Amino acid sequence: MNDKKAIILFLLPALIMFILVICVPIAMSSYYSLQDWSGFGKGDFIGLKNFTDLFSDGIFLKSVANSLVLAVASVLIQLPISLLLAMVLAKGVKFERAFITIYFIPVIISTVVIGQLWMRIFNPEYGLLNILLRSIGLEVLTNEWLGNPETALFATFVPIIWQYIGYHMLLMYAGIKSISTDIYEAAVIDGSSWWNTSVKITIPMLKPVLKVCVIFAVTGSLKVFDLVYVLTGGGPAHASEVTSTLMVSTIFKGNQYGYGSAMAVFVIIECFVLSMVVERIFRRKGEG
Amino acid sequence: MTGALKPLQGKKIKKVRLPGISQILLYAMLFAIAVIQLFPLYWMITFSLKSNSEIFGGNPVGLPGEWLWSNYSKAFIGGNVGQYFLNSVIVTGVTIVLTAAISLMASYALTRMVFKLKGRLNALFILGLTVPIHSALLPIFIMLRSFKLINSYAALIIPYTAFAIPMAILIFSGFMASVPRELEEAACIDGCSVYRIFYSIIFPLMKPAIATIAIFTFLQAWNELMFAVVFINDAKYKTLTVGIQSLAGQYTVEWGPMGAGLTVATIPTLIIYALMSKKVQDSLVVGAVKG
Repeated sequence: MNDKKAIILFLLPALIMFILVICVPIAMSSYYSLQDWSGFGKGDFIGLKNFTDLFSDGIFLKSVANSLVLAVASVLIQLPISLLLAMVLAKGVKFERAFITIYFIPVIISTVVIGQLWMRIFNPEYGLLNILLRSIGLEVLTNEWLGNPETALFATFVPIIWQYIGYHMLLMYAGIKSISTDIYEAAVIDGSSWWNTSVKITIPMLKPVLKVCVIFAVTGSLKVFDLVYVLTGGGPAHASEVTSTLMVSTIFKGNQYGYGSAMAVFVIIECFVLSMVVERIFRRKGEG
Repeated sequence: MTGALKPLQGKKIKKVRLPGISQILLYAMLFAIAVIQLFPLYWMITFSLKSNSEIFGGNPVGLPGEWLWSNYSKAFIGGNVGQYFLNSVIVTGVTIVLTAAISLMASYALTRMVFKLKGRLNALFILGLTVPIHSALLPIFIMLRSFKLINSYAALIIPYTAFAIPMAILIFSGFMASVPRELEEAACIDGCSVYRIFYSIIFPLMKPAIATIAIFTFLQAWNELMFAVVFINDAKYKTLTVGIQSLAGQYTVEWGPMGAGLTVATIPTLIIYALMSKKVQDSLVVGAVKG
């Protein structure tokens, strides 16, 4: 078929939406990021000054560091838990489907709801965590989890990491299930234990899926907004600030449209570069 | 006699062999994790029916002593949750219909029609999957402001739809590629127009893919916060995510009505998940596997 009118008619709505809401804004963000602009009137073109300012802005650097800590924590804590669960479940246990269905539930619940619930778990006076600590005689450990600058970051990251364990688990589970059973049968005949089989066969065969998971975990961490916004808003005193929350407050509270746009551009580049790095690491491992 | 008993005993012993310690530990761990995953939901639903004295006092995690349904009426009447719920339904519903319609049309052109820029357009839409919404937040805000669309349903429907399109096209295209062309070719020979083929042949065949996309888009739109917080501050148009944030500001000390609001916001998701958990899981995973 090459009926020109039909082709245009079928493609036009998607193209208009895509260009207007995704392509044009990227160009606009890049343009704003080169300006000193408060959002009203005309901005002044200042070249790359916003970007050089970013790198001497302590709060911004802290937010980037926090996002990177989250990325590392996701890869080192969240993904191993997901992988272990996926391997155990894929091995075939009773109620396999029921466990998967339950473990996945936090993924589909709104982050706002999750955030409001964890806020109440962390509540210093009535929160479950402190009630639990008091009841088992660990009164000393009770804390104002989200209000204390020393624990706010840690407390914010716990629900973020917890929420998506089920998501990565499901991706890995599907990956393991798609590995041919012949390989396993051969391993079992050779007397290989489950653990041995997992380390020597499952994990290497799962590499493409693991790569996707690592990329999602890393870029997801760099972009994280919802739970931090709900739990602490980036506070206290920027202790739990991440780049997205800082960007939103810079633009919409600080009225620094140009400077905030530079942060947006930074996040895009950061995600892109780190995805490439992960790709590279996996490719090298695949060769070696 | 003893000789006859022995093999029987042997069999019996084998049958009732206790599971090993490792098995018990394994299942204990799996159940413990299941409890952790479910606990926040259980806790939310129970405290939505309790008074403060129960939540804060002697009964923080048990079932409600007295079922306080008035928390729900407080959330609906005092907390405006009904309006937020309705807004979420409108925004999410329209987003799903638009996303499905626009993407189905585009996918049809991208998989079945022949034209010059086809490969590049496909690549462009795939690239759209990787764009973080951060990059679009301020520009879309400025566009909406200049069109006087801040505080309207369109302020959310338009960006939600646009950002759902790349994934929907990916899913539809994959699905269409697996559908044989014979039916369409036969219709073509019979002199059926492109539009007729699309409506009478493609659309019915694509129903399973439409369901996947509807679920995926539902979860995105229903749970979205960043756009909703920035583009909407009028209670008349607030969706549940922003509405819940206002509710939290309103009921800082009273947890019951807050729990009721959270439960109301979560129930549609839970119903959908209860009815088709496999489909929900697949719709979230399919994109990752293909992309």
